[in-house]
Amino acid sequence: MIGNFPYITVMIYIGCGIYILMFQRNLIKLAIGLNLIENGMNLFLITLGYRKGGVAPIYTQAPVGPVMVLPTPQALTLTSIVIGVATSALILSMAMMIYKHYGSIDLDEVRRLRG
Amino acid sequence: MKIFDHIPALIVAVPLLAAFLAPVVGRINKKAIGIFTLIALAISLIFTIILAFRVFSIGPQVYVFGEKFPSLTLPSGLKFPIRIIFQIDALGIFMGLITAVLSFLAAFYSLAFINKKDITYNYYSLLLLLTVSMFGMVLTGDIFNFFVFFEIASMSSVALICYRGTDFGEPAEAAFKYMVVSSISALMVLFAISIYYGQYDVLNIAALAKAIQYSQLDKIALGILLSVLAMKAGAVPMHMWTPDAYSEAPAPIAMILVAASQVSLYAIFRIVFTLYNIKLNTLTIGWIMIIFGVLSMFVGVTMAIIQKDIKRLIAYNAVSQTGYILLGVGVGLAVLTNPIALQRYGIVAIEGGIFQIINCAIYEGLLFLTAGALFFKTGTRNLDKMGGLAHYMKYTTIFFIIGVAAISGLPPFNGFASKLLIYESVYKFNPLLSIIAMVVSILTLASFIKVFNSAFLGPKLSQFKEVKEVPPSMILAMAVLSCIIIFFGLFPDLIVKNLVHPAVMSLIEQFKYTSTVLGGM
Repeated sequence: MIGNFPYITVMIYIGCGIYILMFQRNLIKLAIGLNLIENGMNLFLITLGYRKGGVAPIYTQAPVGPVMVLPTPQALTLTSIVIGVATSALILSMAMMIYKHYGSIDLDEVRRLRG
Repeated sequence: MKIFDHIPALIVAVPLLAAFLAPVVGRINKKAIGIFTLIALAISLIFTIILAFRVFSIGPQVYVFGEKFPSLTLPSGLKFPIRIIFQIDALGIFMGLITAVLSFLAAFYSLAFINKKDITYNYYSLLLLLTVSMFGMVLTGDIFNFFVFFEIASMSSVALICYRGTDFGEPAEAAFKYMVVSSISALMVLFAISIYYGQYDVLNIAALAKAIQYSQLDKIALGILLSVLAMKAGAVPMHMWTPDAYSEAPAPIAMILVAASQVSLYAIFRIVFTLYNIKLNTLTIGWIMIIFGVLSMFVGVTMAIIQKDIKRLIAYNAVSQTGYILLGVGVGLAVLTNPIALQRYGIVAIEGGIFQIINCAIYEGLLFLTAGALFFKTGTRNLDKMGGLAHYMKYTTIFFIIGVAAISGLPPFNGFASKLLIYESVYKFNPLLSIIAMVVSILTLASFIKVFNSAFLGPKLSQFKEVKEVPPSMILAMAVLSCIIIFFGLFPDLIVKNLVHPAVMSLIEQFKYTSTVLGGM
C-alpha cells in the first residue's frame, strides 16, 4: 500500500491541474495548472524508475554485488523538466503580451476570437 | 559513399544548425538571412529526395545515433535496441517529402512576405526549428524522441503564431490557446510513453510493437494517445484552437501548420497500425476514427460557410479536409482483420486517405498563400471589405481558382483523385458515409464560391487603386504548388503506384517495420 503513495500523489497532481485548466478563468492560474500536470508527470516517471536495492550506475563507484539501474527514466525526466521550463516561460510571456494589450488577464474579458 | 549512410541524421542536423546560425547571419547582414534559410532548406530537400530514392529502391533505412556503423541496430548481441534510432520506411519518407517541399516553399514565399526589417531573424530561426521538429517526428523510430520533437514543434509554432507582435491582441490570444492545447497533448503523450516504458522497458517503436500485449494499461495508453493526437490534428470535438491559430499565423506559417497537423495524424496511424496492428479491436477503433472523420468533415464545412474572415474560412475547411483522411484510413482499419474486405476495398480506402494527406497539404497551402497575398496587398482579411481584386491581381486569381477546384474535388485536379478513391471504397463499406463525403465536397465548393464572389469579382473599388500584383517570389511559390496540383491531378496513377501504395503497405505489414530493427527475431 505504502508503495502506491507516489502514484496517488501523481493522480492528485494531474487531477488538480486538469481541474484548474477547466474551471479557472485567470491566465496565470492556467499556467500554474499546466505546471502541476507536468510535475505529476515527472514524479510518475521517477517513480517508475525506482528499483528496490538497485544502485546508481556510476562506473567508478559500483560495488560488486547489487544490480545497477538503467538510468533511462531519470534521463527522460531531466529532458522533460528542461522542456517544461521552456513551456512555462513561453506561456507566461504570452500572458504578459495579452496583459499589455488589454490590461487584463481574465479569460472572459480578453477573448476576441469566436465562432 | 560514406555520406550516404549519414543522410537521415543530416536531414535534421542541417536545418537545426542553420536555425542557430540564422540570428548570427542576421546580425551581419539583414538581407542575407532569407537566402541563408533557403539554402539550408534546399540542402535538406535534396537529402530527403535522395533518401526517398534509397527507401523506395533498397527498402527501409535505419540510422543509429552514436554507433560506429549507423545501420547496426543490435550491437554485441543485445536483445533490444537501447540507442536512439531513426527508422525511415515508405510512409515516413512520404511525410518527410511533404515537410521538405512545403517548408522550402514557405521560406521562399516569406522572402517577400515578411518585411519587418528588425525582427526577421527570429522568424527564420523559428521557421527552421519548426521544420526540424517535423522532420524529427516523421523520421524517428523512438517514441520518447517523438515526444521531444513534438514539444519543439509546439514551442516554435506558438512563437510563430504570435509573430505579428504586441500591436494586436488576437495573435497572443490564439498563441496562448494553442500553447495550452499542445502542452496538454505533449504531457499526455509523455504519460502514455511512461505507461509503455513501465510495462515493457523499451522506448523503440519496433521493439515495443514486438512486445506489446494489449493489456488494460495498453488500452488506456491507446485511448490517451488517440484523443490527444486527434486534438493536435484538429479533429472536430477538439478543433477550437485550429481556426484561431491558422488565421492569426502569417500565411506561410499557416501552410506549415497544416502539414504539422498532418504529422500528428501520421503519429495516430503509426501508433494504431505499427504499434498495435491486429492486436487491436480494429472494428471499434476504426469506427471511432470514422466518427471523428465524419464529424470533422461536416462541422468543419458548416462552420466555414458562415465565416467572414477569409483565413478563418480556409482554416475551417482545413478541419473538414482532415476528416477525409480520418474517414479513409478509419475504413481501412475497420476491415484490417478481414482479408477479403481488405483486398476488395480496405487497401484502396487507406490509399485514398494517405493520398489525401499530400493533396490536402498542397491545396490548403496554396489557398493560405493566396489569402496571404490578398492580406499583403489589401491589409484586411475581412471579406466584406474586399472586392474587384481580380482586376489587379490576375495571377493570384488564377491560383485561387486552381486551389478551389482542387479542394472541392473537381476532375482535372488532385483533390478529385484522392476523393474518388475514398468515395468508391467507402461506398462498399457503408454507402451513407460516402454520400456524406460527397455532400461535404459540394458544401466546400459553396463556401469558396462566396469567397471568390466577394473578394475577386465585382467592379473596381476606389480604395484598392494602388493594389498591384504581389512580388515574384510569392507568385513563384504559389505557381509551384499549382503545378504540383495539376501534375497530381493528371497522373494520379503514377503517384499512387510509386509513392502511396508502398506507404500503405508499410503501414499494414507490421512485420516489415519491426524486422528492420530487430532482424528476423
